[in-house]
Amino acid sequence: MADNAVEPIIRLTDIRKVYRTGDIDSQVLGGISLDIFPGEYVCIMGPSGCGKSTLLNVLGCLDQPTTGDYFLGGQNVAHLNDDELSSARNRNLGFIFQSYNLIQQLTVVENIAVPLYYGGKTDREMRQISEKLACQVGLDHRLNHRPNQLSGGQQQRVAIARALSNSPLVILADEATGNLDSKSGKEILDLFDDLNQQGKTLVFVTHDERMVERCTRVVRLRDGLLDRDEPGARSVARPKVAA
Amino acid sequence: MRTVTLGLKSLWLHKLRSFLTALGVVFGVASVVAMLAIGEGASHEAQEQIRKLGSLNIILESVKPPENQSASTEQRSMVIEYGLTTRDMQQIRQTIPGISIVVPSRYITEVIWNFDRKADGQVMGVLPVYPEMRNRVVTQGRFFSDLDLTAHRAVCVLTASTAARLFPLSTPTGKAVRVRNFYYTVVGVIEDETRAVGTDTSPSSGGESQAQILIPFTTLMDQFGETFFRYRTGGFEAEKVEFHEAIIRVGNADEVESRAEAIRHLLGTNHKKEDWRIIVPVELLKQAERTKQIFSIVLGSIAAISLLVGGIGIMNIMLASVTERTREIGIRRAMGARQGDIVVQFLIETVLLSGAGGLIGVALGLAIPIAVSHFAGVTTVVKAWAPTLAFSISVITGIAFGIYPARRAARMNPVEALRHE
Repeated sequence: MADNAVEPIIRLTDIRKVYRTGDIDSQVLGGISLDIFPGEYVCIMGPSGCGKSTLLNVLGCLDQPTTGDYFLGGQNVAHLNDDELSSARNRNLGFIFQSYNLIQQLTVVENIAVPLYYGGKTDREMRQISEKLACQVGLDHRLNHRPNQLSGGQQQRVAIARALSNSPLVILADEATGNLDSKSGKEILDLFDDLNQQGKTLVFVTHDERMVERCTRVVRLRDGLLDRDEPGARSVARPKVAA
Repeated sequence: MRTVTLGLKSLWLHKLRSFLTALGVVFGVASVVAMLAIGEGASHEAQEQIRKLGSLNIILESVKPPENQSASTEQRSMVIEYGLTTRDMQQIRQTIPGISIVVPSRYITEVIWNFDRKADGQVMGVLPVYPEMRNRVVTQGRFFSDLDLTAHRAVCVLTASTAARLFPLSTPTGKAVRVRNFYYTVVGVIEDETRAVGTDTSPSSGGESQAQILIPFTTLMDQFGETFFRYRTGGFEAEKVEFHEAIIRVGNADEVESRAEAIRHLLGTNHKKEDWRIIVPVELLKQAERTKQIFSIVLGSIAAISLLVGGIGIMNIMLASVTERTREIGIRRAMGARQGDIVVQFLIETVLLSGAGGLIGVALGLAIPIAVSHFAGVTTVVKAWAPTLAFSISVITGIAFGIYPARRAARMNPVEALRHE
């Protein structure tokens, strides 16, 4: 397939987000347009308060833009209702958080299966998929442990497996290595490299400069606007925007 | 189903908390079931006894007037004279319409003998229609007939318990019992008398029922006369009573109460002393029903309050649980759970909690009446609807008090929920 035929997996057009507290409006995102293509490994960076987290929430369908359109896998999700958004999250997105956000009372396998549960998979499918993923992230000996029995690195692996379980279009991560020591951080980064190599699309918000060396594209925000959009260290020839 | 498993798991995680939360519902439901059973039992017993008295009947009884009252008026004669008189009977028969039968009876307290076996009890002089009037069934032999009555025959009918006491090993019919110097041939056995609640005047009340033999009214009058002497410590006393009891049957059920009122009025003018009493089974029945109604209202309020308290307890804990699990809610929402999924998840937890409480409560509530009837000898009746109702109410309580916390959980902003510490 020719380069120019590739559809962006995410297309933001003039996304604005205004928060209203009392009578005061504060604009957090001031009109962001951005295309992300399949197979990209994008790092969104910027000083705190620049709107990265808000952008990530919008990307993650957890929050809706005040104005603008957001096409996720071809579907405009900017104006969906709550249930439709939930299902869009379930089908298209995998989340990785800084503080892992595993459910404490569930085992490793059960945690990985949470998105499958809401995706309507059967118990058998859930078990099969999540066990396979747990092995893939190197937790085959920890299947029935609970999060508090695992190290930070292991917990983040569970979170990654969970993010992969429903085969999403895009994996979103918020400071995925922020809580980890450098060694387990590096292991997680290696894991991300592997995932990207397998063709997964990754969009990460991070402060971790190590990621810049591994990603294919760096998007820098400043004051709610796109400041710079440059290729990362591992960037490949950027496909052209489809006409 | 999976949500149920999930709910069970998270309740199991806080076993003690879940148990304590459910306890409110347990006691609420248990008290409802138990009190309904005891209440049903009591009113069942009362209604059974009243029905035995006959709904068309009006029962008049002679009552020995209080000592101070009799002392002033009757001291000189040494014979206490009281009770229903022939004049009363005649007047009732003549002046009050719609009365079909009047059955007077007289009884004396005596020792009844079968050779060396004896029983303290009553000798009742009655008419042949007595069993029918009082709904008492002749279980062996026959009751005495009009012929026995007119011929003043010395025949008798024993109550079942008296028969068992005097003739423990043989059938009494055809044999004879002795009272004083008189012998009576036993012609039949009749079931024991059930006394209505609150009308029991027999001295042996509470203990085993008093022995009783029934003989033709005419025979009794011949042999014992109108005055009855009884020796007591420190002297003897004599009582003169014409009738101890009279049963009046009213022809039409609608007229029972108005006739009773007329008889009350009539006896009120005839008697200066309070030496008579009127029992109207229909009135008692109505009263029993009213009492039962009040009882039900009281029970209902107690049940409502206890379940309300239980429900508030559940809601309180669920609200705390929602706050505690904010982050879990955020995670589930991010993973694609809809608001409805979250509502269902929390609602199922509360319903499981209250339902389990309800089940334990029903079990406890069924055990209490069994224990009560075993140890206190009170009849209890568990109607099938009572535990069913109590259980359903516990589940409804769970839903009613669970919906708010569940909705609150579902309405959380996922972004904020994820940020929650």
